[in-house]
Amino acid sequence: MADRVRAIVIAGNGTNCEREVANACRLAGAECDIVHIARLLGGEVRLDDYHFLNFAGGFLDGDDLGSAKAGANRLWHAPVSGSNATVAEQIFAFVAAGKLVMGVCNGFQLLVKMGLLPALAGDYRQSCSLTFNDSGRFEDRWCYLRVDADSPCVFTRDIKGLYLPVRHGEGKFVAESEQVLHQLQQRHLAVLQYSDANYSGASMKYPLNPNGSMAAIAGVCDESGRVFGLMPHPEAYVHRTHHPRWTREQLPEQGMGMLLYENAVQFIREELL
Amino acid sequence: MPDSSASRIVVGFKADMDDARGERVRREIERHLGISLQRVRVLDVYTVDVRLDRQQLEQVAAGPFCDPVIQEYAINRPLAQEFDVLIEVGFRPGVTDNVGRTAAEAVQYIIGRPLAADEAVYTSTQYLLSGDVDAATAETIAADFLGNALIQRWSIFTRADFDNLHGVPVSVPRVATTAAVKIRCIDLNVDDETLLQISRDGMLALNLEEMRCIRDFIADPQVQNQRAAVGLGDKLTDAELEALAQTWSEHCKHKIFSALIEYEDENGHRQQIDSLFKSYIVAATEEIRARRGADDICLSVFKDNAGVIKFTDDWSMVYKVETHNSPSALDPYGGALTGIVGVNRDPFGTGRGARLIFNTDVFCFASPFYDQPLPPRLLHPRRIFDGVVTGVEHGGNKSGIPTINGSLVFDQRFAGKPLVYCGSAALMPTQLHGRPGHEKKAEVGDHIIMVGGRVGKDGIHGATFSSEELNENSPVTAVQIGDPITQRRMFDFLLEARDRGLYNAITDNGAGGLSSSVGEMAEDTGGFIMHLDRVPLKYSGLQPWEILISEAQERMTLAVAPQHLDQFMELARQMGVEASDIGEFTASGYYHCTYAGATATYLPMEFLHGGAPQMRIPARWEIKVHPEPETAALGSADEALLMLLGSLNICSKECVVRRYDHEVQGATVQKPLTGADNDGPADASVVRPLFDSFAGIAAAHGICPRYSDIDTYHMMACAIDEALRNYVAVGGNIDHVAGLDNFCWCDPVKSERTPDGEYKAAQLVRANQALYDYCVAFGVPLISGKDSMKNDYQVGETKISIPPTVLFSVIGKVDDVRHTVSMDVKRPGDKIYLLGITAAEMGASQLYCELGFIGNSVPRVDAPVALLRYRTLNRAQRGGLIASCHDLSDGGLGVALAETAFAGGLGVHVDLRAMHCDGELNDMERLYSESQSRLLVTVAPEKAAEFEKLFAGQSLSLLGEVSADQMVRIVGVSGSAIVARNILELKEAWQAPLREL
Repeated sequence: MADRVRAIVIAGNGTNCEREVANACRLAGAECDIVHIARLLGGEVRLDDYHFLNFAGGFLDGDDLGSAKAGANRLWHAPVSGSNATVAEQIFAFVAAGKLVMGVCNGFQLLVKMGLLPALAGDYRQSCSLTFNDSGRFEDRWCYLRVDADSPCVFTRDIKGLYLPVRHGEGKFVAESEQVLHQLQQRHLAVLQYSDANYSGASMKYPLNPNGSMAAIAGVCDESGRVFGLMPHPEAYVHRTHHPRWTREQLPEQGMGMLLYENAVQFIREELL
Repeated sequence: MPDSSASRIVVGFKADMDDARGERVRREIERHLGISLQRVRVLDVYTVDVRLDRQQLEQVAAGPFCDPVIQEYAINRPLAQEFDVLIEVGFRPGVTDNVGRTAAEAVQYIIGRPLAADEAVYTSTQYLLSGDVDAATAETIAADFLGNALIQRWSIFTRADFDNLHGVPVSVPRVATTAAVKIRCIDLNVDDETLLQISRDGMLALNLEEMRCIRDFIADPQVQNQRAAVGLGDKLTDAELEALAQTWSEHCKHKIFSALIEYEDENGHRQQIDSLFKSYIVAATEEIRARRGADDICLSVFKDNAGVIKFTDDWSMVYKVETHNSPSALDPYGGALTGIVGVNRDPFGTGRGARLIFNTDVFCFASPFYDQPLPPRLLHPRRIFDGVVTGVEHGGNKSGIPTINGSLVFDQRFAGKPLVYCGSAALMPTQLHGRPGHEKKAEVGDHIIMVGGRVGKDGIHGATFSSEELNENSPVTAVQIGDPITQRRMFDFLLEARDRGLYNAITDNGAGGLSSSVGEMAEDTGGFIMHLDRVPLKYSGLQPWEILISEAQERMTLAVAPQHLDQFMELARQMGVEASDIGEFTASGYYHCTYAGATATYLPMEFLHGGAPQMRIPARWEIKVHPEPETAALGSADEALLMLLGSLNICSKECVVRRYDHEVQGATVQKPLTGADNDGPADASVVRPLFDSFAGIAAAHGICPRYSDIDTYHMMACAIDEALRNYVAVGGNIDHVAGLDNFCWCDPVKSERTPDGEYKAAQLVRANQALYDYCVAFGVPLISGKDSMKNDYQVGETKISIPPTVLFSVIGKVDDVRHTVSMDVKRPGDKIYLLGITAAEMGASQLYCELGFIGNSVPRVDAPVALLRYRTLNRAQRGGLIASCHDLSDGGLGVALAETAFAGGLGVHVDLRAMHCDGELNDMERLYSESQSRLLVTVAPEKAAEFEKLFAGQSLSLLGEVSADQMVRIVGVSGSAIVARNILELKEAWQAPLREL
């Protein structure tokens, strides 16, 4: 038991990408359970038993009150049966235990709106948000992402850039103030930025920056580097046939998205097992 | 202190935040209506009709309703500032309010108790308009763009008459019903005129013969005796008449496809056809299955909600395509949303359940740029375009199902009725708990369980309504609005219940509601008893007959054995899904419903399912001769190419495709957009649905309504060929593919309103004849289909009939997705080949259409030759010989050359003199004839010899080669260049028309 990396993906209420996230975790060498939120709320499954918590993409509750808002509300308020605690409390305990959390797309929106990201100076009050794309529309397109090499993020170690699809209508990253934005960059928490194809610089130009995100931010981590969220979908590029131009380019068999999952598994093996 | 009156919480962006939604609305008002505004801001309004104290209200507003970083809120006071006119749009009572439902759930989590029956949250939207706008203009903006009077209502305030202290007054759209709930009886012992009156007034869509048949049934003394035993009199109940109308509706019974048709061809030869469905569709599949023997790929055809064919040893594929035309004409967003989430339930509810893997959609519209006055009750094609696209976007994306394939087809006649085809495919375990996954059977004694959403008046008479043309009395209740999240929760639960073996049968509640779903499942056992008062309702006051036929969405009906009932209900409770035990399957022979102990229906199953009289339809074919254009009228090859690339049927649909998530589930390996800049038009899509296998599924379609103007026989043949050639172009295995036929016709039954019915019926016969001939010739079994037969608009003197249209969809296997071939040219120096022969088949081509001609030489399909070509192409693909492959369809060779070049970011240099033609063809014919079964292929020079050897003896023309110079250079029959254009220029012409939509 102790030598196995255990990952969990939470499903239910409009989460859609749980199967492919679990697939990516497994390809990276982790054991992975897809657990419906009802089983967490029913007290049947506890987060304590895992090392790597995944919030996958989707439309929690249809994003009806704004992306992930109703989902966050459920985690805050719905009691876990047989206890006074909520799932939110389990998540905070998981983070405090130094374990890894990754939120993709709707999962990122959830982490930001629960205050888990960026949590500057350990302050879990919500300081950033993800709102409607400048185009006012949902879009599916592949984007180049530049990695901040000096970031504490454990997921992006030794990665220079990534090419991944975004698929969202509310992906524009905003910070509540210039100060927050400045701190994010200064502390190297703005891990991923939309960029040109050479990863040479962040881009504010559409469609390279597909949503108008402030400072072209596509993904952020907390100061521990262990909680990470991003709008693009790494689980959507785990094999070369996922790449939109695989029929015309020479590509490695494994897709770039795997790098994030492999880093997570390696970190857990080194630090948590 | 608890406050019993409703409160309004208004949420909006902080003043310094961009309002992207508002800006989009501003842009679209300008585009749709030509009204320029300086600014639009959008506020969300929650009318909270829940007993909350002030602190709870604050908590709700500040928590789930408002994002503190970007938004602010106001409770019972206005948030609106700095505007010239304010428009607030909210739903009418009883219309599905998905956001309101989510908001109510959020409130429950905060207050820690479920809402009472009289408590709810309702949502509305405030639009703050700034600019030169008065109340009258605002009314236009509300009526023609922001709202739809059928489902919404609005109020308008100018700055001067806005109450700055209280804002917009509270208005709670609670459903108020005062009518007593009771079972009414209907006297059918009346004359013919009154019988028809009863049918019309009740929106029953039953004709005189059917009404008489029902009258005779109830007059039978033996029937009356049996009824007396269950407390019924000698009159039919309202619920019984409604159940019969549903079951016998065109929508459910396919009366036209089952009719006895007297067909006369152009030479006066007469033929009697007893059911088009049996004679052509079923017969083709049976013949193919028998011929293929052990190689038969079909597992379940025609009998279930969707067709099932083999995929791998462990998994079968399931596919269904539906139309949702009439509702989409009235409420494009709700109609299309319901269309997609509705068709999802078909494959899901096939066999004992299947997991959804992709959606497809094909829309037929009039031009969004239409600028003439519209007949009454028709929405502008641009609104329909926008609403339908958004509806399918929400339906597919929120459900986590990739939309991988589709088309947009334009013809002015679709102004009368847009066609909205929605398809959905699924994977099913071949074996499940010891028997095939595609088999299901309700057993006597099984409980009837309804799962998912609650029942309201939504969609009442949907089935009978779509069996009628659009007219002045089209009912508002016919519109439903889908709720993808409720459905997603239900699906999560049902897959779990399936894997635990907790039910025996499952089916969807679609057209006809419980009446149809329970009625059809009960054919397994020969009867049922259902207690309508146990069905959970959205609001009180529904009549028993309304509960029976409501088409409220997101519901499935299941047969659960008594020993599994407790486990099933407990799992539903845990997963937050409502499940209700509403009756039992029996062997009584009766369709038996009760309400509060009283009998509501007591009809023999056999009368219900077998009692409808067969229709008789006359059909007479004649060949119509259309004027042919002079060659000079066609203009130059160069001008024609730019014109065709910019035509609505050919131009880029990227604006729509990007709005659909086409790669969720991580399986899409041939995406709908492809090439060097990810923006070329893929011929078909391929998914790899199993993480541990490289086996793939390809989906493609063909649709050619223009050809119907000449001959529907060839329209059908071309649609089949187009679907198959798109499918093989990407690498689909031609020997492992099945077809689905979706007919959309104008009324083909001769009557006072349809004097040309005999011709339209003959068109229908001919399309079916081709369907049989070509499916058999290609060896492609039909596994499912649907027909929508009344796509006419008739108000007053104006009648618009759609062109007869068949969507032919195919699904099949790609043996190894790593052999998938895309349509973009790959490398300079690659050789360009044309597979297939070109004839002077310009009739109803896109070029003729653009120039205002129909012509007569419609393309014809030579199936045996095409089949050999497709099989050989599969071999070349498996051998890795093909660099790119693109099908030739609308716009012929010229358009295909341009598309494959600019998608690959390279030039193509070709010489038309090298083309293999049937007869002497001029340049325009060589470039723009739409001869079928042709494909444009590029091959690396080192593989050319092997490729040519494979195709030895078949029609193969080496046209030229791929070039690094980015020029499309075409040499004509005279030997000089007739087209020489940069690919960027051609691409711009192709991308420009719909870019901004």
